[in-house]
Amino acid sequence: MRLVVRAAEVTGAQRLIDVTGAHVDSCLYHGEATLDCVQRLVDGNARVSVPTTLNVGALDLLHPEMYHGDARVAERGRLLMDRYRSLGARPTYTCAPYQLADSRPALGEQVAWGESNAIAFCNSVLGARTNRYGDFIDVACAITGRAPYAGLHRTDARRATLVVRLAADVPAALRDADVLFPVLGIVLGRRAGSAVAAIDGLPAGQSEDRLKALGAAAASSGSVAMFHVVGSTPEAPTLEAAMRHGSPVELIGLEELRAVRNELTTFRGEALMAVSLGTPHASLAELERYAALLGGRSVHPDVECLVSTGRDTLAAAGDVAAVLRAAGVELLVDTCSYIAPILRRADGPVMTDSGKWAYYAPGNIGAQVVFGSSQECIGSAVAGRVVRDDAVWGAP
Amino acid sequence: MSPRALVLSEGLSLWGGMDPATGELIDVHHPQRGANLSGRAVVMPSGRGSSSSASVLAEAVRAGTAPAAILLGEPDLILSIGSAVAHELYGITVPIVVLPRAELEAIQDGDELNVR
Repeated sequence: MRLVVRAAEVTGAQRLIDVTGAHVDSCLYHGEATLDCVQRLVDGNARVSVPTTLNVGALDLLHPEMYHGDARVAERGRLLMDRYRSLGARPTYTCAPYQLADSRPALGEQVAWGESNAIAFCNSVLGARTNRYGDFIDVACAITGRAPYAGLHRTDARRATLVVRLAADVPAALRDADVLFPVLGIVLGRRAGSAVAAIDGLPAGQSEDRLKALGAAAASSGSVAMFHVVGSTPEAPTLEAAMRHGSPVELIGLEELRAVRNELTTFRGEALMAVSLGTPHASLAELERYAALLGGRSVHPDVECLVSTGRDTLAAAGDVAAVLRAAGVELLVDTCSYIAPILRRADGPVMTDSGKWAYYAPGNIGAQVVFGSSQECIGSAVAGRVVRDDAVWGAP
Repeated sequence: MSPRALVLSEGLSLWGGMDPATGELIDVHHPQRGANLSGRAVVMPSGRGSSSSASVLAEAVRAGTAPAAILLGEPDLILSIGSAVAHELYGITVPIVVLPRAELEAIQDGDELNVR
């Protein structure tokens, strides 16, 4: 409770409110301090008081052989994941709790979520209300069932103070391509910082998977906790409904999008060591799409092709999982390949369709990255070399 | 204390941005990659990115590599909680100071600051 009150002071809240659920990001091992903190809670007999899901940890508890790092770190990581479960949280170990049918808070519901992509999705796509709860405060809110009434918990803070509009030179084909969304997310994060922005100029009714990719990238390059996509997210039926009157309008043109796409690629060449997909965790629809893109072909024997997903999604994937594995795809749960030593080798070029993976992997695991669409990634995995398709971007 | 200022031109997510074992800035997208944050008064416009930064700050305090203070242009809940937890666990506080933009921008890299 001291932490929750401290949070109220920092955010300027006048009072605390009840939350109906929590998503706890603190179960990823970042050193002994993370274990010291949960041990303090365990020693005090703390229990979560609201339904609580857990974010990814340091290793895949169902397939621990996929961890290729220091055995002692793996053991500490496993212990941390277990300690958080012992507080009464559900062992979901996923960064996409919103893909679980019974963990989707309703429009307007007050919750306390950690994990930057989940926070952005919760506010933007579900229309539920959370602030950016980082490690420690997420579990503090889960235990107390309370959160400071400030920021995005309040209606007045949820309107956009910035409008970003796709310029006329962005071709229609790109506006409706999956690969636009992670790239647009990186741009959004840089433009918006921590502000709520409304994106105008996209076709209505964008899928949850595209909005997930957009939010995850925006929360990597910026502190984006909420965005609106006019015609697609629940609090933005129209631009006027989503924005604060008089907010500035900025244009995003094709050149900037192309430049960010190129920047996400740190390796130039055809060599390919691995392909990593599913950041944030792949939905069932994405697993089905990867299987469809493979179309009966197999991953090249010299390439490691990895898809990260949630353990509950994997359990529901059945035949699709079997098809992917038969094609040589490895399925990883409970963790992710850019936060832990999972890839058998991380010293060569790795291709990804995730803006978030491309953004963090060079610093975290030292990977050289080729960013591309899902089609480019699967095509390259099969070919055993980087195969690009620049058509949707106009001239390369 | 009188740490020297390390002025970052862009916000930094400590998670993915600082190695708590060494204090080094490791974000490849950040213009000041390779700088070391240990013992410095880190000045930046805002925190950024991952919600795991609180853990990285607490771990850096435990490991003795943390910044001496962090000076920001706007409040940052994640860094403030990391500092509060480090205090609860280890009795060491990293002051998180919010300054008006003009005062923040007046600080030059290497300035000796008096943080109380």
